[in-house]
Amino acid sequence: MGIVFAAIGGLVFGLGLIVSGMANPAKVTGFLDLAGQWDPSLAFVMGGAIAVALPLFWLARKRTQAVTAETLQWPQNKQIDKPLLLGALIFGAGWGLAGICPGPALVLVGAGVPQGIAFTVAMLAGMSLYELLGHRINRS
Amino acid sequence: MTIDWMHFSPWSALAGGALIGLAAGGLFLLNGRIAGISGILGGLFFNKPERANIWRWAFVAGLLLAPVLWRGVAALPAIQISASSLLLVIAGLLVGFGTRLGSGCTSGHGVCGLSRLSARSLVATLTFMAVGFVTVWLLQHGLH
Repeated sequence: MGIVFAAIGGLVFGLGLIVSGMANPAKVTGFLDLAGQWDPSLAFVMGGAIAVALPLFWLARKRTQAVTAETLQWPQNKQIDKPLLLGALIFGAGWGLAGICPGPALVLVGAGVPQGIAFTVAMLAGMSLYELLGHRINRS
Repeated sequence: MTIDWMHFSPWSALAGGALIGLAAGGLFLLNGRIAGISGILGGLFFNKPERANIWRWAFVAGLLLAPVLWRGVAALPAIQISASSLLLVIAGLLVGFGTRLGSGCTSGHGVCGLSRLSARSLVATLTFMAVGFVTVWLLQHGLH
């Protein structure tokens, strides 16, 4: 059952990215362009997402396990440390350069958009690079 | 700053956001898993292969299928990409490396993290948003 829920979850997530405009990189850079013609729409995406997800996480907090009886995997790391800040900084720069983050990248792949495929291949290469040398930053 | 009223779309943004929140909150309540796309991809490709990865494949398959199903009913909304190929590759590398180092992206930290009131995710979200603003400013106005 968990696999069916995951597939539906991915599908609904993807439809949300398309409906909201997040899957259109120009819409994202329009939001990030504070100094130009600013399109505030994406603030509403975040608002809508949190308004629905917050009560669901609140419900989960009252449970000892997920509906499928799986363990609720609450993230354990609470540290605000160098890897978190440096990672968010590097991610933010890449996000601003192209207007694409990981979810929309996969939607663009599904839509067969060549630039989305190029971005996703580079993104996976970036993840491999982290596997190769990112752990050094974690330790230092 | 001037508001771009021509492209401003609060209702579809809210509706799409609600779907994203439903998927993320639903996945946690039903399966106990955080719907962080960078984390799901990282687990898929860089953890040793295991049965526990099947849900990750299923989630990614759903995500890839969304635009395919959409096209079966209606034309996809506009997709405009202004970045050059070189810029796309650099951006992809940064996004891949940064999200793994920072343990999350817009979905894991932004949606799931803020919804479970995590201070760590709030700091990450404020950081990548601020850097995003600065990057676009440099790209659009600062560097020429």
